[in-house]
Amino acid sequence: MTPRILLAVARRVLTQLRRDHRTLAMLLVLPCLLTTLLWWMFDNLSPATFDRFGPALLAMFPFIVMFLVTSVTTLRERSGGTLERLLAMPMGKLDFLLGYALAFGVVAAAQATLAVAVSVGLLDLDVRGPVWLLGLVAVADAVLGTALGLFVSAFARTEFQAVQFMPLIVFPQILLCGLFVPRAVLPDVLRAVSDVLPLSYAVDAMEHLTRTSSTGDVWRDLAVVAAFTVAGLALGAATLPRRTP
Amino acid sequence: MADIAIEVRGLTVRRGQGTVLDGLDLDIAGGVVTGLLGPSGCGKSTLLRSIVGVQRTHGGTVTVLGEPAGNAPLRSRIGYVTQDASVYDDLTVGENLRFFARVLGCADDEMQRVVTAVDLDEHRDAVVGNLSGGQRSRASLAVALLGAPDLLILDEPTVGLDPVLRRDLWKLFKQLADDGATVLVSSHVMDEAERCDRLLLMRDGAILANGTPGEIKQQGGADDIETAFLGIVERAS
Repeated sequence: MTPRILLAVARRVLTQLRRDHRTLAMLLVLPCLLTTLLWWMFDNLSPATFDRFGPALLAMFPFIVMFLVTSVTTLRERSGGTLERLLAMPMGKLDFLLGYALAFGVVAAAQATLAVAVSVGLLDLDVRGPVWLLGLVAVADAVLGTALGLFVSAFARTEFQAVQFMPLIVFPQILLCGLFVPRAVLPDVLRAVSDVLPLSYAVDAMEHLTRTSSTGDVWRDLAVVAAFTVAGLALGAATLPRRTP
Repeated sequence: MADIAIEVRGLTVRRGQGTVLDGLDLDIAGGVVTGLLGPSGCGKSTLLRSIVGVQRTHGGTVTVLGEPAGNAPLRSRIGYVTQDASVYDDLTVGENLRFFARVLGCADDEMQRVVTAVDLDEHRDAVVGNLSGGQRSRASLAVALLGAPDLLILDEPTVGLDPVLRRDLWKLFKQLADDGATVLVSSHVMDEAERCDRLLLMRDGAILANGTPGEIKQQGGADDIETAFLGIVERAS
């Protein structure tokens, strides 16, 4: 691993994003708008309802958005020949993967700051734990999305296919993360499945932060999310062979 | 013949159901411009990718500058241009070069040198996606020139370029070889053959002829390379 190369990749990805105003605006503004929409939906119901769904949303947005953006961008690198060129240069696989993770982590930090500010500041989401930790969990979720997106881009031939990995990889995690039915009362098999899905832990961390001020469980959840991220990056490295057929 | 820069022994490559290269043997001289000529689909790109070390092979050895192809120390010594322009369409020419220069760890003045070498000074701040096809492939070529590599592998770099520019690029390749680099250029345009120091004629995964343009013409019994190529193909079949 070479820090110079890793930083070069991260800077390049950020330059590409900066040039794409529409994507950048969607990345930053869309989570805030959708959170506000959700808050508005519950306006006529008892006020505690937004507090039940808001935290899960804060965990899900960075994950979903970064998953999509990363899988499409890295697929473009694979099919456009730039990945082959880079791997023929003194570029380590980890430089490439961590460069991407760093760039999208920076964007995720900006996205999380905005989404948390809107949720807590404007929409009165009740947070008992430290607010900065809410932001940290959101960034960890985003980096997780990036890691999984890098991995699945190896299995898609076209951008159209890459987008369809979202229902396959992301939707089951949304359904089973405890948002619709608390995980404790899921049928045994489904609960066992939800135990091995990373988003369950991300949502769990957010819920802990809104319900209690103790942070022990949050750090445990964060560790699980981080472990999934490392595993995703390791699998991603395995999908970047220098020699291809 | 000068020192051997690339030594290919028994190289076999299969892609899908077919065998593209079957036990290919080949020596390529160092410090000269070698043209790899042959029709599309004859295995030129596969051979070039094997030399760069990005092609999965199924037998045989490729030794490049004294090391097995694809070895880590070679990665900063080879400049490689793929057939499609492998640059980022959403970055400017300058941003592309700055990125690849950082990856290679070259000095900043390298960027100016290579931009001028491919005649893209005026388009340095243009986004690559807005450039013409020829300009994009020149941007891709500029990336390969970064860091003055010892070996340049160029897969059809002059396709679709204006004749004046093509002449200038061939002058550049010659200059690079005079400075000690080994240049291997593929082309399916026979009229470019005369500009090379040495030629390889390839057809159906086999090298039919390997020599100077003069030797090839003599071997094919013709005054131009295209007719000589035909003569050699007919004799081989």
